[in-house]
Amino acid sequence: MDLSVTIGSLTLANPLIAASGCFGYGVEYGDVVDLASLGAVAVKGLFLTEREGHAPPRIVETPSGMLNAIGLQGIGVHRFIAQQLPALRARRATVIVNICGTTLEEYVEVARILSDADGVGALELNISCPNIKEGGITFGCSLPGTHAVVSAVRKVTRLPVIPKLTPNVTDVASFARAAEESGADAISLVNTFLAMAIDVHTRRPRLTNIVGGLSGPAIRPIAVRMVYECRRVVKIPIIGMGGIATAEDALEFMIAGANAVQVGTMNFVDPFIWPKLMDGLHAYMAAHGIVRLQDIVGTVDTTARQNSWISS
Amino acid sequence: MPLDVDARVIANRRLSADYNVVAFEAPAIARAARPGQFVMIKTSRGLDPLLRRPFSIFEVLRDETGAPSGISIFNKRIGAGTSLLAQVEPGERLQVLGPLGRPFEPVDPPADAWMIAGGVGLAPFLTLAEALAVRRTRTTLFYGARRAGELYCVDLFDALGVRVVLATEDGSRGVPGRITAPLEAALGERPLGEPVKLFVCGPTPMMRACAGLARVHGRACDVSLEQVMGCGLGGCYSCVVPARRDEGHPHHTRTCIEGPVFDAQRIVWDAMQPH
Repeated sequence: MDLSVTIGSLTLANPLIAASGCFGYGVEYGDVVDLASLGAVAVKGLFLTEREGHAPPRIVETPSGMLNAIGLQGIGVHRFIAQQLPALRARRATVIVNICGTTLEEYVEVARILSDADGVGALELNISCPNIKEGGITFGCSLPGTHAVVSAVRKVTRLPVIPKLTPNVTDVASFARAAEESGADAISLVNTFLAMAIDVHTRRPRLTNIVGGLSGPAIRPIAVRMVYECRRVVKIPIIGMGGIATAEDALEFMIAGANAVQVGTMNFVDPFIWPKLMDGLHAYMAAHGIVRLQDIVGTVDTTARQNSWISS
Repeated sequence: MPLDVDARVIANRRLSADYNVVAFEAPAIARAARPGQFVMIKTSRGLDPLLRRPFSIFEVLRDETGAPSGISIFNKRIGAGTSLLAQVEPGERLQVLGPLGRPFEPVDPPADAWMIAGGVGLAPFLTLAEALAVRRTRTTLFYGARRAGELYCVDLFDALGVRVVLATEDGSRGVPGRITAPLEAALGERPLGEPVKLFVCGPTPMMRACAGLARVHGRACDVSLEQVMGCGLGGCYSCVVPARRDEGHPHHTRTCIEGPVFDAQRIVWDAMQPH
């Protein structure tokens, strides 16, 4: 069985990727997950320098999901390269580094620095974090902004460039197209949905940041729809994500149009989820006589029409 | 290395309307557990509630040969997850991930150990008391609650030879008022040449007060912090507290992997969220 997937110059052994922001720097999970068995590890978003993020509470549980407003706490690109990257290499992880910037120049600088480091497989551009005021989503919510960041990073790196799109726009497909036209090797979607929860007894927001990003199974059908919409307008690989909890969920994204998938929130719930997902993909392929998993990508059959025994 | 066990509930001992002790069959976790460590429990089998909840390992249970066979947790009913745990019946199975976190470091004689617990903050101290009993360290539990009916499991500490000092805010048992009052008196009476280490778990204002007393009296003090946790493994960065590193600058520090036990003087109490 062939589960491999190619993203630009990078070939992943399988389509299962640990989602950025949900897996620390990967090394935290080294004792419970065989990092080499994952398609890739997308590490927590990195700026040029260290960031402290928001004051807690930073998460709140919601029906079949959670809100987070971590605020991109992170150790910065230099400490990542010095301290975490060697450990990830030692564990033979395929590493996708999620990069952030408050300015266009910062994205470019972080990308340049990582391009010179050994052991980085691809760059995921975080232009979609809903929790910081400056940078990030201000690029991801504007077509010219998306074009500017993607093409600027494209110029300074030979690594695959994967902009991570926000669902907090009216027409996500137009952003997918802008990313492709700007030289992206792939796109990943969706980041979290901007959301809010309030304690009715105190009338205060449950998050210090007031608003946060919704993730988990609650968002899955919306994310699947967005992947489907993007698949219809771009040729480049799509990495789909949003509440994947089972192999069937991952397959749903792939049939909608994703070449690979990321798992985030459910890794919190079950850090031992990865071999279960892998077994599920193998079982599906065996049951359906699929030799090459990429053959199912975008194969959703929309030709069937509703039986017309009720006329309208 | 933490394990995820589909653990059978052995018993649910209901202590009151709000408190219960749930025992799980989990020999592998019990064998690996060290004092003050915690587990992450999935309180439902479905997607609601979604996230696991952190609980201190309250007891390490043993079979008739003395081998570790399971663990228990000390549960206070607060929200959806803890309400489900209040209702579990023997025979049910729940996912239990652990042991997790940085444990307490017990002290040896001639140092004494003073454990200071407020309310549900009693949870990490029974495992610590056992470890101290093995070392023959003289141990005192200072245990405070709002009223007599909310002081639980004191007999379990008595059985380990722990000296127990109780306080209730309504004066219905032990010293009237907060537990920090008898602690402060004891610290004042203790000759400086006789070492003692404080171990604290409870509401943030109580821990802060104890940290201040320990500093004033020049005594070592560890606190066990409880924060909202998403994963327990360092992945989500939700459980951070403001803690100083060696060079003195405070940083948002993950309670799950750098704690839950911290040197009290590392914590920037002014910046701690009330809890």
